[in-house]
Amino acid sequence: MATITLTVNEKRHVLDAEPRTLLVELLRDQLRLTGTHVGCDTSQCGACTVWVDGKSIKSCAMLAVEADGRAVTTIEGLAALAPGSGPHADLHPVQAAFHAHHGLQCGFCTPGMVMSAAELVRRNPQPSESEVRHWLEGNLCRCTGYHNIVKAVLAAAEAVRAGQPTGAAAGAASGGAR
Amino acid sequence: MSGAEGLGAAVLRREDRRFLLGKGRYTDDLQLPGQSWAVFVRSPHAHAAIRSIDAARALAAPGVLAVLTGEQVAADGLGTIPCGWQIKNKDGSNMVEPPHPALAHGKVRHAGDPVAMVIAETRAQAKDAAELVAVDYEPLPAVAQLAAATAAGAPLVWEEAPGNICFDWHLGDAAATDAAFARADRVVEIDLVNNRIAPNAIEPRAANGHYDEVEDRYTLYTTSQNPHLTRLLLGAFTLKVPEHKLRVVAPDVGGGFGSKIFHYAEELLVLWASRRLGRPVKWTAERSESFLSDAHGRDHLSHGELALDADGKFLALRVRTLANLGAYLSTFAPAIPTYLYATLLSGPYVIPAIYTEVKAIFTHTVPVDAVRGAGRPEASYLLERLVDKAARETGADRVEIRRKNFIRPDQFPYQTPVALQYDTGDYDATLDLALQAIDYPRLAERKAAAKVRGRLRGFGISTYIEACGIAPSAVVGSLGARAGLYEAATVRVHPTGSVTVFTGSHSHGQGHETTFAQLVVEKLGVALDGVEVVHGDTDRIPFGMGTYGSRSAAVGGSAIVKAIDKIVEKGKQIAAHLLEASVGDIEFEGGKFRVAGTDREKSFGEIAFAAYVPHNYPIDKVEPGLEDSAFYDPKNFTFPAGCHAVEVEVDPETGVVEVVDVAIADDVGVVINPMIVDGQAHGGLAHGIGQALLEECVYDPEGQLLSGSFMSYCMPRAADLPQFRVGNHVTPCTHNPTGIKGVGEVGAIGVPPAVINAVLDALEPLGVTHIDMPATPEKVWRAIRDAGGGGA
Amino acid sequence: MRNFAFHRPQSLAEAVALLGANDGAKLLAGGQSLLPVLKLGLAEPPHLVSLAGIRGLWGGISSEGGELVIGALATHDEVSASPEVRRRIPGLAALAAGIGDVQVRNRGTLGGSLAHADPAADYPAAVLALGAMIATDRRRIAADDFFTGLFATALAPDEIITAVRFPVPECCAYAKFPHRASKYALVGVMVAKTAGGVRVAVTGAGARAFRAPALEAALGVRFAPDALGNRAQTAVKPEELRSDGEASAEYRAHLVTVMAKRAVQACL
Repeated sequence: MATITLTVNEKRHVLDAEPRTLLVELLRDQLRLTGTHVGCDTSQCGACTVWVDGKSIKSCAMLAVEADGRAVTTIEGLAALAPGSGPHADLHPVQAAFHAHHGLQCGFCTPGMVMSAAELVRRNPQPSESEVRHWLEGNLCRCTGYHNIVKAVLAAAEAVRAGQPTGAAAGAASGGAR
Repeated sequence: MSGAEGLGAAVLRREDRRFLLGKGRYTDDLQLPGQSWAVFVRSPHAHAAIRSIDAARALAAPGVLAVLTGEQVAADGLGTIPCGWQIKNKDGSNMVEPPHPALAHGKVRHAGDPVAMVIAETRAQAKDAAELVAVDYEPLPAVAQLAAATAAGAPLVWEEAPGNICFDWHLGDAAATDAAFARADRVVEIDLVNNRIAPNAIEPRAANGHYDEVEDRYTLYTTSQNPHLTRLLLGAFTLKVPEHKLRVVAPDVGGGFGSKIFHYAEELLVLWASRRLGRPVKWTAERSESFLSDAHGRDHLSHGELALDADGKFLALRVRTLANLGAYLSTFAPAIPTYLYATLLSGPYVIPAIYTEVKAIFTHTVPVDAVRGAGRPEASYLLERLVDKAARETGADRVEIRRKNFIRPDQFPYQTPVALQYDTGDYDATLDLALQAIDYPRLAERKAAAKVRGRLRGFGISTYIEACGIAPSAVVGSLGARAGLYEAATVRVHPTGSVTVFTGSHSHGQGHETTFAQLVVEKLGVALDGVEVVHGDTDRIPFGMGTYGSRSAAVGGSAIVKAIDKIVEKGKQIAAHLLEASVGDIEFEGGKFRVAGTDREKSFGEIAFAAYVPHNYPIDKVEPGLEDSAFYDPKNFTFPAGCHAVEVEVDPETGVVEVVDVAIADDVGVVINPMIVDGQAHGGLAHGIGQALLEECVYDPEGQLLSGSFMSYCMPRAADLPQFRVGNHVTPCTHNPTGIKGVGEVGAIGVPPAVINAVLDALEPLGVTHIDMPATPEKVWRAIRDAGGGGA
Repeated sequence: MRNFAFHRPQSLAEAVALLGANDGAKLLAGGQSLLPVLKLGLAEPPHLVSLAGIRGLWGGISSEGGELVIGALATHDEVSASPEVRRRIPGLAALAAGIGDVQVRNRGTLGGSLAHADPAADYPAAVLALGAMIATDRRRIAADDFFTGLFATALAPDEIITAVRFPVPECCAYAKFPHRASKYALVGVMVAKTAGGVRVAVTGAGARAFRAPALEAALGVRFAPDALGNRAQTAVKPEELRSDGEASAEYRAHLVTVMAKRAVQACL
């Protein structure tokens, strides 16, 4: 067993886990943060995407012990980092845009898709459609044909350009410790 | 449209919030007190005899609670997994229906066949222990492909199925078809592969079984599209426990696409194991396991012949198809290449004579059953490829040959020679819309511009029809269905006028919590916020047949409307009493019961309150309370149709096909929520483009699945697809109370032939005349090279 | 995944010692190649030695004379976004920007990719075409000597890559034909005009990344796409290439020429 100290959604945890435990297993099984999903075993589908120190990673391709000392943001904690405004004040602009543009159907890929897209709009608030489509290469969706997801991400980027926050604080909070 | 929340309004989805916040409750998210974990030991061989299973080391491993095998399944008297449809051979005899044990017993028949179940305190422990189960196999010769399985002397999957034939079935009038061919001016022939695909809902299947000793009752949480059907099959066939002792819950489900219709062994086994262990038992598939255990789709080899007269009018169609069913019969498997396939071969056309023969073949592969479209994509692909080929070979225009042969609006209801009667449609209208959207007249300019960039641009269409809302029960029963195909709904109006709808149509992405509520808003005039839709729990919902075949809105929605009609009728009686008028004079509109021609009215809420506080009430005529149920058994299928137009650009150096434009026009009947309907079309299009260009389950000759992960099986990604332009033309369904036809599968059915027709159009200048799905870069490159058109 | 002992050394020397003392120990950098391998049970190392604790290996990127020096733990994202890389070897930044997907680029590292030596990884083509030197805890290895076979390198079992030194070329470009499902290179070709002449390296096509002398010779005479003519038969021999469900050796051989032409075009 290894002892892991990490911050998840701005809350500090000290946990014991086997070295082989994946970050996604730690999140789902120990912390019961079940919004992060597992859709494959080869790190292709992206349903398990979370932020570590503000960057999106696949939590099925990272050992929990490697998250020691780091700051993890999951879908459950995203909105708190960057609440929107207007009718969806408690949603991150990407979450609000997915709702407004029907960017989700069954909802299973959605948390990973949102976490990935939220990093894009933070890093590049003026993406082209093609940049959005390529950015989402690590996230599979079987329901939407991506059409409305792409629309939603472009709309979220527009909201960010209009001044909505993006959650950039997540990376800064941990001082970029690696 | 009748307001911002009723029929036709693009209401934003009510289910989004929980998913966007990570608060969805999927099967694997549920952790029951005392939870244990199951992992399955699966056969690495496609065909082998099981000499012995030694579980001693696994049983001694840390945390292991039990290792269960097929022997114990048999000893405990569990039933085999049943098939829900029986097909008759040409000679009237029944299809071969071999047993499908929940855990393989004696023999394994496909790679991935479950052999043992290991249950432990944690998932990791169960996985570790599963590796310690020593199974001694004697490998046997296997067949995976249709050609190999039908060759003389091929190894048999089942002794009782000589030639590996499950059934040899036909439909249509052979003599009339032969006669029409005899007098034809032209005959066009085609040989096609319809590639095997994996469903790949992003949520892998999962099941969590819990036996409660105190109540003597089983609860199954499962990733199902139809929990009642699962309960029925568990109760009557596999677990053999009466329904009142069984609760099946399908909570949030992460997509189905057909694969979660069926009753799978794992559902039975977790319940059985839970009773044996006195602990809840959970299993969740890993993706590589999904590839080896979710039913696959398609996998046909077909030969089609189309007879035409000198004017290019279709005279007859003759089709011979081999359909791969895999090693066992999945729940609806026999229906897919028969009544959901051959019956659609008339397409939107007048084809006076049609004859189809289908041989269904066992192979040592994963069972094949319904995947989005289920039989109908195979039919539209064959017909639309054949029609394009006919145009090319007769020198006709691809659009005009279709127009010339369309069933005209004045010909409805139209009886096809393959059993179906279409109620309504307007195929020219959707064709015109799609051509306009894609700017067909300027195609030559776009082709020329592409050529300058070194690309070959091609245009393709398909004018498809499909059959949704599978029905009526009496008809499907006569065709071999062992279940009814109606839908059930209960509408409960609460004393304060809010409404709960209980529907048998499970929602796993379709948005029923929104669209069904819109139906209630439309019919009862209540606010959307005052309506809740409940689905997916056999303890809460009276009954249901589930969600598949694009049937939810057309059949499930109609059941809700019928229940609402009963509520309104009762409301009128109450209102008549309160307003001191005769029932015949009461009108209900916009949420008000009104005496016709007066301003005397009672709101819906007032009537609901009166029904539950019946102080002043027509107690001698109606009971208190305001709740009713309906079972809706449709009179016919519904027949969505439309035109899908696609433009592709081919890189002749590499063979890469890029889909650059997709414009479709569908007639899906009345639309409840255009945003959701468009979204369903988008998803279907991605699925269909995936089948046409990217996706294929590839087996090697020994029966090993080579494309068994997302590393090798190519799922469509955002960058593989263009924007979709979706148009709509409505001819309401004539025989259900909503006018709805269905939309969930149109993309997967309509677009594959349009994509391939576009690829062939692009390659025509190079002399390429044929390509099979998926049109992979190498396949396209080879076709170009073999045609001598460069590319080498 | 089998369990393993996990080590997080604080110094390079400690890491080397751990590798030496534990048979079958594997190094863990970003884990984007290793984790999938472990999860599929394709490798079951009894020890994992994480590099996350060794500050000295952090992925610094700097110019030293005619060389660009990139720390072994620089992520693909950092390499692709680095102003220094973009200014001095833009073709390398572009290659890094096309590895895997965003999440892989945010975790995967240059050193990890090279040490794993996946025959379809992108970086091997870059180090070969640019004539890079791979610096380890004990020596420098020329890229030409580094890849020895399928998933095999010249690294000793306890040797750790610390940095890669890329001579800055006159120009270079990478053209990749991705495997449609995995996004690894089905064929990737890096072309570079260097002080020592034109270098062409191919990844994805064979058991390991390799240089293509026939293409180098043709481009040495005239650096233009049409200088390669139609060399599918001569550039590389199909019988030396990989053949699998996604692409035959013959098709891969064809793609080598096509991708080489496109890389040259991108250089111009």
